[in-house]
Amino acid sequence: MSENNPFPNENNSGHVWDDNLRELLNDPPTWWRIGFHASWILVIVYTILYPSWPMLTTHYKGVMGWTAMGEYKEDLQSIEMVRAKYEEQLPNKSAAAIMADDDLSNYVVKSAKVLFGDNCGACHGTGGAGNPGYPVLADDDWLYGGTVNEIITSITNGRKGVMTAHGKSLSTEEIDELANAVMSGNPASSPLYMSKACFACHGPDGKGMAALGSANLTDGIYRFDEADQLASIKYTIKHGVNDASDPMTRNAEMPIFGGTKLTETDIKKLAIYVHKLGGGQ
Amino acid sequence: MSEAPNSSENSSKHFDELYDEIDHWEVNTGEETIHAKRMPGRFRNLKWLAASVWLVFFIGPYFRWEGRQAITFDIMGRQFHIFDITILPQDVWMLSLILLFFAILLAAVTSIAGRVYCGYFCFQTVWTDLFTWIEEKLEGKPAARRRAEKLPLSQQRLPRKILKHIIWIMIGAFTGISFTLWFGDAFEMWKAYFNNDVTMWAWGSVIVFTSFTYLFAGFMREQVCLWLCPYARIQGVMVDVDSIMPTYDFHRGEPRGRLKKGKHDADKGDCIECNQCYAVCPTGVDIRNGQQEGCITCGLCIDACDSVMDKINKPRGLVKYMSLDELNGKEQPPIYKRPRPLIYMSIMTLAAIGILYGLTHLGALELSVLHERSPLFVLQSDGSIQNKYELKILNKTHKDMKIGVRAEGHQSLTLVGADREIIAQPADTASFTVFVRIPKKELAGERESLSFKIYNLEDDKISAEYKSMFFGPRIR
Repeated sequence: MSENNPFPNENNSGHVWDDNLRELLNDPPTWWRIGFHASWILVIVYTILYPSWPMLTTHYKGVMGWTAMGEYKEDLQSIEMVRAKYEEQLPNKSAAAIMADDDLSNYVVKSAKVLFGDNCGACHGTGGAGNPGYPVLADDDWLYGGTVNEIITSITNGRKGVMTAHGKSLSTEEIDELANAVMSGNPASSPLYMSKACFACHGPDGKGMAALGSANLTDGIYRFDEADQLASIKYTIKHGVNDASDPMTRNAEMPIFGGTKLTETDIKKLAIYVHKLGGGQ
Repeated sequence: MSEAPNSSENSSKHFDELYDEIDHWEVNTGEETIHAKRMPGRFRNLKWLAASVWLVFFIGPYFRWEGRQAITFDIMGRQFHIFDITILPQDVWMLSLILLFFAILLAAVTSIAGRVYCGYFCFQTVWTDLFTWIEEKLEGKPAARRRAEKLPLSQQRLPRKILKHIIWIMIGAFTGISFTLWFGDAFEMWKAYFNNDVTMWAWGSVIVFTSFTYLFAGFMREQVCLWLCPYARIQGVMVDVDSIMPTYDFHRGEPRGRLKKGKHDADKGDCIECNQCYAVCPTGVDIRNGQQEGCITCGLCIDACDSVMDKINKPRGLVKYMSLDELNGKEQPPIYKRPRPLIYMSIMTLAAIGILYGLTHLGALELSVLHERSPLFVLQSDGSIQNKYELKILNKTHKDMKIGVRAEGHQSLTLVGADREIIAQPADTASFTVFVRIPKKELAGERESLSFKIYNLEDDKISAEYKSMFFGPRIR
C-alpha cells in the first residue's frame, strides 16, 4: 500500500479514500493527553485513598479511613456543637425561666417542632390544629389548665378524665333540654343543670374546673367537635366519657409521656412549644 | 443538469488547491511567539492612559469611609458596602440590571467604534502589554528576542530571563491579592497574608489569579483573544459598515510597492510595504487584509504607519480609524440616525433608570409576613377567631432598631404579642410571632385583607408594610 501512497512524507496511515481523504498519524492534542493522563492518575490515587475494591467478605478500606457513616456522624456532631450552648442550659432551667429568655425560647420552639411532629402531631395535628376527639392546642381553652407547668404535668402523667354516663339517670327529654342549654352557651339557664348536679363537675357557672379536667361549657369550643354539634352533646351526656360501665362511652385518653418515652428536657421543650402555639396562659 | 466535471483527477486537483490555502492562514495559531515592536505615538499614549483605569483595581481597597473600607463585597456577611450604600441579598436584582447595562454598553460601543474595549481596557490586553513592556526592558528589542529564542538555553541571558519570570509572577500575585482585598478589610487582610492567617478561599483565589495572570499574559497572550474570548467571536455580528475601526485605505495604498533607491514609483500606491503596521501588531495580524477577527482595534498600526508617512512626506492616515462607508466614499450617518446604537442606548437607559430607582429606594426596613397555615385559624374561648403570623423583619441599617408593630384592616381587630420589646439587629432578619384576634360575629367573610406595618420607634418615618390575609370559619 505504501509504495503507491499518493501523499508520501505526510505521516499518513496509507489509507486513502475518494482519492484524497486519508488518515493522519498525528499525536492527539497535548491538552487532550494531559487530560487523559491526569484522569487515570486521579483514578489510581482515588482508589488508594478511598474504599474501592470489593473482597470476598469485606472490602478495601482506603488509607484515609473515610466512610459515609463517619462523615454523617461528623456532620451530626458539628450540628450538636451548635445546639450544645442551648441544650446544656435547658435541664437546669425552669420552663418559666426559659420562656423569659428570648434567644433560648426561640431555640426551643424551633427544635421542639420535630419532637411535636414525632410524638404529638398524630393526634393533635400539625401546629396543634386538633382533630375530632383530640383537643386543639392552639386555642386558650384548656381542660387541665394552660400554664406551662400544667402542660408539663399533662404530658408527663397523661390525662384520663371521666364523665359519668347519664343515659340511665336522665330521660330523653331531660337530655334534650340540657343539650340545648349547653348549645346556647349558658347551661345554668336550665334548672336541670343544678338539680341533676352537672354543676358539681362543670362548676356553677358552667366554666369547668381545671382540677377535674371538666370542660368549659360556655365558650362554644367542643372537644367532641362534630358537624351536628347538638347530637354530639346529647351523645356525650347519655354515654359519658371514659365511663367503664357504658360500653358506648366516649374514649378520650392522653397517654403518659413521662418516664421511658420522653426525657424531662424534651417534655419541657414540648410544653413551651405548645404554650407558644397561641393559647398559653 | 449541466455537465459537471466529475473526473476524479480534476476534483482531486481542485481540492488540493483548497488544502494548500491553509498554509496561508492569516493569523498565528500559537506556533511562534509574537514579538511586537513598540513605537511611540498618539494611540500608544492613549493605550497607557486607558490602561491606567486599572489602577483603581489596585488602589480601590485602601479607601476608607466612616471607619470601614469604602467598597467591600462581604460575601460571608452577605452584604455589599459601596460608600454609604449597603446592598443586601434582597437588593441583588439590581445586579442583573448592572450586568445588562454593561453587556449592552459593550454592544453599543462595538457598533459605534468596534472593539475599543479589547484594544484599550481589557485586562488581557492591558496585562499582556505590561508583561511585554517588562520583557523588552529586560531582554531587548523584538529582533534581539527572536535571535535569543533560537539559541540553546545555556547561551541565553538567563539571569535576566529568570528576573522577568519572577517579576511576572509577582505581578500575578499582586493582582490576585488585590482582587481578594475587595472582599474584606484590605489592611487586615495584608496582615493576615503575612501571618498566613487567611481563608482557603483567599489563598485559592490568589493561586488561581497568579497562575492565570502568568499563563495568560506571559505565554498565551493574543491566543486568548483569538481562541478563548467569546466577545471576539461575536464581533462580526456586532459591527456594521458604519462602525469605526482601524482600516487600511486600499484605494490610496494599492498597488503597494517598495521604495526603490529611496524613490517612490509613480505607478504605485502610498503603501511602501515597510510592514511596520504588521511589526507593531500585538496580535500579529496584517491590517492591510482588512477588518479581521484577530484585530483588537488598538490603533498601534496607525501610529506605525503615520510615522512612516511622515518620513516619506505623504499625508498621514493611510491606516486610520474609519468605517467601511467612509472608506468607500459614502457619507457616514450620524449616530442618532443609526437604529442599532439607538436601540442599544434605549436599553441602557432603561437599565440605568432601574438601577437608579433601586439605589434610591433601598429603604432601611423590610417586612415580610408568613401566615400560619396549620391551623389556619383558631376559635378562642372569648368567641374570637385567632390567626398566627410570623413577621420577618430585616433591618438594613448599621444600628439596632426598636420596632413597633401595627395591624390594620378590620375595625375590631386585636393585635396580641406585639407589646413586648422587639429589637431588629443590623443587617439581619429577625422573626417574631404575633397573633391577631377578631370577634367571630364581626367577620363578614371567610377571609379579610389585613396589613401589617412596622416602624422604628425612635423615628417612625422608617417603616415598612406588608399585606396579608385573615382567615375565619365558613359563615353558615
